[in-house]
Amino acid sequence: MTAELVRGQNHPLTQARLEIRVSAGKPVVAGATLSDEQGKVHGVEWVAHPGSPTLPGLEVSKQAAADHRLACDLDALPETVHRVSVLLALPSGGGGPVRFGAVAAPFVAVTGLDGSEVASYTITGLDAESAVVALELYRRQDAWKVRAVGQGYAGGLAELLADQGLPQAHQLAGSINEAVAQGLARSVAAPPPRTAEGDRSRHAATPARGQDQGEATPQGAPGHVSPQHGHQGGQQGSTASGTPGHGTPQAGYPGGPAQSDPSAVTQPAASGAGGPVNYSHPGRQAAAPPPPPPTAPPARPGQPAQPVAGDATGWSMEERLYNQVWGMFEDLARTTAAYRSAVDFAESRLEQELDKVLSDPRSRIGGQGDAAREAARAKHGQLIDRAREALDRDLAQLTAEAEVVEPALPAAFARWDSPVWQGYRVPMEIPMALRLGDLHLPESAGVSIPMLVRLPLERGLWIDSGRAASLDASLTDSDELRRLAMDTAVAHAARLLAVYPAGEYTVHVIDPAGSGASALAPLVQTGVLSGPPATGAAGVNEVLARLTQRVDLVQMAIRGGAADSLPPDLDTAEQLLIVNDFPHGFDDRAVTQLRYLADEGPAVGVHLMMVADREDAAAYGPLLDPLWRSLLRLTPVPDDHLADPWVGHAWTYDPSRVPPGSQVLQHVLTQVAAARRSWNR
Amino acid sequence: MTVNMTKGQAISLQKNDGGTLTAVRMGLGWQAAPRRGLFGSRTREIDLDASAVLFADKQPVDVVFFRHLVSDDGSVRHTGDNLVGGVGQGGDDEAILVDLARIPVHIDQIVFTVNSFTGQTFQEVQDAFCRLVDETNGQELARYTLAGGGQYTAQIMAKVHRAGTGWQMTALGTPANGRTFQDLMPAILPHL
Repeated sequence: MTAELVRGQNHPLTQARLEIRVSAGKPVVAGATLSDEQGKVHGVEWVAHPGSPTLPGLEVSKQAAADHRLACDLDALPETVHRVSVLLALPSGGGGPVRFGAVAAPFVAVTGLDGSEVASYTITGLDAESAVVALELYRRQDAWKVRAVGQGYAGGLAELLADQGLPQAHQLAGSINEAVAQGLARSVAAPPPRTAEGDRSRHAATPARGQDQGEATPQGAPGHVSPQHGHQGGQQGSTASGTPGHGTPQAGYPGGPAQSDPSAVTQPAASGAGGPVNYSHPGRQAAAPPPPPPTAPPARPGQPAQPVAGDATGWSMEERLYNQVWGMFEDLARTTAAYRSAVDFAESRLEQELDKVLSDPRSRIGGQGDAAREAARAKHGQLIDRAREALDRDLAQLTAEAEVVEPALPAAFARWDSPVWQGYRVPMEIPMALRLGDLHLPESAGVSIPMLVRLPLERGLWIDSGRAASLDASLTDSDELRRLAMDTAVAHAARLLAVYPAGEYTVHVIDPAGSGASALAPLVQTGVLSGPPATGAAGVNEVLARLTQRVDLVQMAIRGGAADSLPPDLDTAEQLLIVNDFPHGFDDRAVTQLRYLADEGPAVGVHLMMVADREDAAAYGPLLDPLWRSLLRLTPVPDDHLADPWVGHAWTYDPSRVPPGSQVLQHVLTQVAAARRSWNR
Repeated sequence: MTVNMTKGQAISLQKNDGGTLTAVRMGLGWQAAPRRGLFGSRTREIDLDASAVLFADKQPVDVVFFRHLVSDDGSVRHTGDNLVGGVGQGGDDEAILVDLARIPVHIDQIVFTVNSFTGQTFQEVQDAFCRLVDETNGQELARYTLAGGGQYTAQIMAKVHRAGTGWQMTALGTPANGRTFQDLMPAILPHL
């Protein structure tokens, strides 16, 4: 029989092995502290948290999740432990909610191993708190009881831990946040859930939401949590910057390959003169059956089917290509995992067998030892050959697929050297995703996967102009690297400007010392920026103040449910702020504003693109760590820092670069500028 | 044709026409606990979990279960955790799909297990079965009935292992106790 506890109430526990289930609706961090008779936590080794999930008698999950199951065995706890406090905290950084008042009341339940609930507690009444002690299990005269606590802390984990008498509270809170963010900052966002109800690809104006990042964690979400948890809610959540393009009939990709434009079939003709009246609800148009995907011609017996571009599910050719690219990404990740696993196994078996030969006294006589060694090596070689064979077979298939997919990609997904960009026209609607570069693995240098991220961006970008550990440092000195970083940033910004319809994307630039002027020239000369790059401290402050005000206004309007009452001169376009040379020209107030933009901006369509070397900002200490973590790190030179969401291989990222000497950027930006001018009129 | 397998029986996973199987599915089905009395929501739900452990030369290399639904190489996929069971009319409530052609070359055995996560013994579970299906045409290759299984909470169902160039399946049906596959590892090892 379940006891529904209210704050302060306690309940006896009859079982020693318990499970504590947490369900919060949004990803939260769950942990537990052990304390002695006086209620004091003796040290960091008395705290179970994602960075150190297991203590004797206690286990918590390694990452933030909407649902948790904490395992607890009261009999296995040390004698000196008299209290176990179960705590919850909102993950810091990453743009998720920062106060419990903004999420549904968390629910915790103590259950037996058979799933029967012993006691449950809904933590209500939280507001600005970002960490809370949910329950405590405590020892009274050799019997254990549970008490509903619900004590929140606005100062977050650090304050909570300090309150429990832990001397190293701040460091520990930092390392917990670090552990939670670790997977997040490195991982490529997971592909969207494959929901049956389509139309999601056309949510052009839906802003990115923080909790989506919860899905970016690599595989192995704890417990029975569905990895897609909360996604639907996020997708259909607020529509902050409702763009005019939303709901207009889709126009496909002008300039795209002719045969890959099935949108004319998907969408009923816009109700024009003479045509039959269309009674279908405009919001449901996507429910019309999509044209059948192109199917591969039947394969000859014994041969794999010939690959075809767009051979995946989706409501439009664009969505099919997007899904196909993600499918190729997953296949390459997995086939490489199979190969690596086989090679590792072969190596360890060889080592064991050689050891055995060495320790066997018989092998010292005659050629027996040599023969055994030879046999072990032959077995090793055979296995590796077979593994390589399987990998080569898969790589050949993926290469063939890439060869047909690459030319069929629309501009937003295509490389800069694709002919699609030569025939560029300003699009009528926002594409699903944007190509930021290519990904490949050392085993598969021949096959690279387009790195596609969903639009609107879910988080800002950080173009790292610092020297990465893995790259060949002798080639690029630091000035060269900064220059390359700025070029990369400009190419990404130009691509963003080009794939949005006219007037739906605004780019601001902060270049305090003017050091990025030559790299910025293509943007400045064609006139696609909102204004000239801001220089000096005054310029920095002015741009930041303007964007902060925009974020505030839109947030207020959304919270108040009065999105119509925004001032008429407010720019409804998505905003991108390129910051060069950070923290040059930034005072403390400007840094604070920048952090505010990084936290609050993505939800209301304001994104950062930092071109910076983290070392330059080292003076700020850990203050800026959340900022770096909340951004997707990209490099101006190939670097293996991105992880896939399935296996977690380190992928080498190669930024999309404009071919040297090519005028494609000028060509594209000139058209963007012309379209912006006519749109403004 | 379905083979109602008995313990220790081995069948070769060859198709009737001589071709080898390319994909098989281990399906697990059971009947949800009946609702009792007025407080219908207070039934004790039964959560059975199917798992597959991949071995290379008797060393576990990878495992597919409700917390790791796809083996890293993608060849073995769990369709998702079912916490309560179904209506008990023969449909699979949990399934593990195995793409035999894509299994990494060093994996030579895959052991399938069933655990009662909520702790009920198989005596309390109704209409539970486990079966192996040829995924390409839906034909059932083998079926194993768990109900009336006695006082234990887990069973090592079957193993699929390499034999020559193809694969063979052996029914194991060894009872064991444990909540997840980890608890079963000592019981699995003698069968490799």
